[in-house]
Amino acid sequence: MIEVKNLYKRFGDLEVLKNINCKVNESEVVCVIGPSGSGKSTLLRCLNMLEEMTSGDVVIDGDHINDKKVNINEIRAEVGMVFQQFNLFPHKTVIENIMLAPQKVRRISREDARKRAVALLDKVGLSDKENNYPSQLSGGQQQRVAIARALAMEPKVMLFDEPTSALDPELVGEVLEVMKQLALEGMTMVVVTHEMGFAKEVGDRVLFMDEGKIEEEGDPEQIFSKPKSERTQEFLRKVL
Amino acid sequence: MFGFNWAGVIDFIPQLMTGLYYTLLISVLGLLIGFILGAVFGMGRVAKNKIIYGISTVYIEVIRGTPVLVQAIWIYFALPLIIGMNIESILAGVIVIAINSGAYIAEIVRGAVQSIEKGQMEAGRSLGLDHGQTMRYIIWPQAFKRMIPPLGNQFIISIKDTSLLSVILVPELIFQGRLIAANHFNAVEIYTTVAAFYLVITLSLSLVLRLLERRLDIQ
Ligand SMILES: Nc1ncnc2c1ncn2[C@@H]1O[C@H](COP(=O)(O)OP(=O)(O)OP(=O)(O)O)[C@@H](O)[C@H]1O
Ligand SMILES: [Mg+2]
Repeated sequence: MIEVKNLYKRFGDLEVLKNINCKVNESEVVCVIGPSGSGKSTLLRCLNMLEEMTSGDVVIDGDHINDKKVNINEIRAEVGMVFQQFNLFPHKTVIENIMLAPQKVRRISREDARKRAVALLDKVGLSDKENNYPSQLSGGQQQRVAIARALAMEPKVMLFDEPTSALDPELVGEVLEVMKQLALEGMTMVVVTHEMGFAKEVGDRVLFMDEGKIEEEGDPEQIFSKPKSERTQEFLRKVL
Repeated sequence: MFGFNWAGVIDFIPQLMTGLYYTLLISVLGLLIGFILGAVFGMGRVAKNKIIYGISTVYIEVIRGTPVLVQAIWIYFALPLIIGMNIESILAGVIVIAINSGAYIAEIVRGAVQSIEKGQMEAGRSLGLDHGQTMRYIIWPQAFKRMIPPLGNQFIISIKDTSLLSVILVPELIFQGRLIAANHFNAVEIYTTVAAFYLVITLSLSLVLRLLERRLDIQ
């Protein structure tokens, strides 16, 4: 589903991603962990070209996203993204947030968009918040709306960048629950997270990033119980 | 205030109303076009394209760096010599207010658009909306709300600036006032009345803007 080959990313003189190679298979949940500044967000943002790669190749569902001939908007429509800060549209109600892109990008009718939004709000447990504005919701509710908004495009892949890091501890669970449900339904997901419990339980594979490289990758069981790399051991000692 | 013929002002109200009509006409048309110019050049100032950015910057700097009075005189007396065609004073007045307010409004637009959190553009783009769609449906509506107070300010400034157009013979309020006062020796009464007219316009506008702001603030 996603294939990253020899990916480099530089911000001026700062090399943030150094030769990243990885693969995400269909229906797989890959969790990306690692210390702050290791390039996790940058990697995720390169996957939908929110950040332009310096060199390398990213293939999503057969499309080389860096290819001049591909329409990046079409690729992004297939790749949902959930941000740490939710980034809901504050001037639109919850349901309008969800209905906008399917209408404008997928060109589905307003009615169909509404039906889809209603179903998704039900799925994330926020049916009663349809007509509220984002500012009237708790952080956990806002993030669930953001997930519904991304899902409304019926993406093939979902990218999550620390979706629970901006939340009060008691609100983390409701968001992880929705993500877990999504994983069970077979969604392909890349999740940057500090929630090691989630990575262990839901992740099919864990990538540990350090200083712009994938230092170690493997199944969660192995990474968390017997990490091979010293760096991974050190990181896990600090966070667990 | 004694010894002046305040009641006599009544006789000149029709003529002042004619002046008011031109003041309002030029303000409305000028600001309408000014807003369009401001939107276009404001977006030019946030454009990635260097040429568009450059043109917008030059326009804004030239206009902001020269007095309105000079702009008015230049357009009415100098420009016709260049293009070989007279420009009617009212048309010249509209042009002056439009290009002048346009430059200031462009900066207001730029500021408001840039004040919208980066995450909003990213959220829109990540959903597959293109740059233009994201601007239109997500950035602009939010930016517009933030533009209202400074726009109101600029509208008031531009309305007052129309008084300078009397030097290029636009028959607006103060132009009429000067005609009357010169012929009837009632400068105190007439100029006070003219000042009151301006005050009524600007205060009404302030009020409307305040209501609009409150209206848009409900969410
Ligand atoms: N737009 C940018 N311009 C310059 N440097 C940047 C930019 N974005 C990120 N960086 C730098 O790239 C490095 C990696 O950042 P990134 O946000 O990918 O880290 P991260 O692993 O997501 O960290 P965190 O856990 O804190 O979110 C950091 O040193 C950061 O300062
Ligand atoms: Mg990050």
